[in-house]
This record gives sequence, C-alpha cells and structure tokens, in this order.
Amino acid sequence: MTLEIGLIHYLVLGAILFALGIIGVVTRRNAVGVLISIEIILNAANLNLIAFAKHAAKGLALPGLQGSAGLDGQVFAIFIILLAACEAALALAIIITIFNRFGSIEVDYANTMSG
Amino acid sequence: MSPQTVIFYCLAVIIILSAVIATFARNIVNAAYGLFFTLLALGGVYVLLRADFLAVTQIVIYVGGILVLLLFGILLTNRRLEDLIISGQRSSLLGVVMGCVIFAVLLAIIFYARWPQSENAQLEGTTAPLGYLLLQNFLLPFEFSSITLLAALLGASYLVRPSERD
Repeated sequence: MTLEIGLIHYLVLGAILFALGIIGVVTRRNAVGVLISIEIILNAANLNLIAFAKHAAKGLALPGLQGSAGLDGQVFAIFIILLAACEAALALAIIITIFNRFGSIEVDYANTMSG
Repeated sequence: MSPQTVIFYCLAVIIILSAVIATFARNIVNAAYGLFFTLLALGGVYVLLRADFLAVTQIVIYVGGILVLLLFGILLTNRRLEDLIISGQRSSLLGVVMGCVIFAVLLAIIFYARWPQSENAQLEGTTAPLGYLLLQNFLLPFEFSSITLLAALLGASYLVRPSERD
C-alpha cells in the first residue's frame, strides 16, 4: 500500500463491502436485513465500476462523441442504481405479502414450498 | 499526505464501520441507519473519483428513496415493535468464514492482476457527457430500463393490493 490513492485502494474497499454484504445475506434471518445486505453488495459493484472508469479506462474514441470517452463505467453504474431501485420496490412488496401470509418476515417461516 | 488521501481514508473508515453495523446490528433499524452512513460516505468517494453526477444520484436515489422505502418496510412489518424488530443471526460462524474466504479470493485477484495504469484525465463535469452517452450509445438499454422500472412498479403495487373478495 502506497500513500498515493490508486485503483487498488478502491478495489480493496469494494472487496471489503462485498464480503460484508455476503456475510449479511448468509447470516441474516430478517428479510429486510437480507435486503440491506444486497444493497451493500450492489454498492460495492458500483464502486468498482466507477473506480475503473477513473483509473483504467483507455479513453475510447467513440464516433460522434467528443470529450465523453471513458464514461462507460459510470453509465453502467447508473443502470445498476436503477435496477437496485426496482429490486428494492419489488422485494419490499414481496416482504409485505409474506408478512401478511405468515405473520413474520423471518425468512425461515416461509418454508411452505420446501419438501 | 495529500488532502485527497486523508479524505479517502476518513471516508473508508466511515464506510467500513457503518457497513459492519449494517451487517451485524441486532436491531434492524440500527442496521438501516448503518446503511444510511455507508451510502452517504460512498457518495463522498464518488466525488473523489470525479463522478459528480453519480454522487448526487447516489444521495438522491439511495438515501432519499431506497432507504426511506426500507424504513417503511421495517415499520410496516412489525406488529410488536420490540419483539420482532430484533433480528437474530443464523449460523453466524459459517457465514463469517464464507465471507472471509470470498474476501481472501478477491484480495488475491486484486493484488495479482495487472491493472492498466492509465488515469482518465478527461473526467470533469460528467453530467453533459453522460446525457449524450445515454441518448446516443446507450439508447436501447435506456429505453429498456424505463420499461423495467414501469413493470417493477406495476408489479409491486399489484403484489400488495388489497384482496378483492375475502
């Protein structure tokens, strides 16, 4: 680790966030807690994409686009944020439906389909 | 040490501590607050990475939208607030071991891979270029994402509708 902040620092931060999110997804029993951990995982992916856009983009010469090269990572991050919003809305609707049916949002209660 | 280095390490400490709270807090409301500080500090890191539009988007959508939605979900799904809001951990040791293994593999990949060293110096004022990119090169994904958003919102409101005949 050098003192200058480079790509490695952002990637390590993203890896820490990703591992914490995985731990949360595996260990949480509350469905909202699982959702919180999934948001952390998506943010780790976003951080990596934006770090690559700054530090590893070649500066592609796109036809008809002056001065906007190398921003593909940020566009990807925008789409990930949008999908995270969709996912949060749908997951909360499913969680509220599960709560109405089973009376709890502990993921262990929703085991009707297990053999 | 440059000011950027100091700011990065401060933000990294905030991010990691609050992510630990969001992962391990027994009270799920505390976990949501941990997520709040994680997202806020990540917005600061995006500013360091010259992604000004994304920093604002992060704060507006994640902190202003998704987090409020999560808090609504927490408050709507707890009858006895004090009993149910406590979320136990299940097989914590196995989960932590699994997370550490994944972290070790990621670290190995990060430190053994040869990353390109080029710094993208063109990043200043990314809002206008992002708009051009979204409406030229990424027009099809952009339109598809609007359809996805519409379908997700319709599906969510359909799922939680009051049943018609009970």
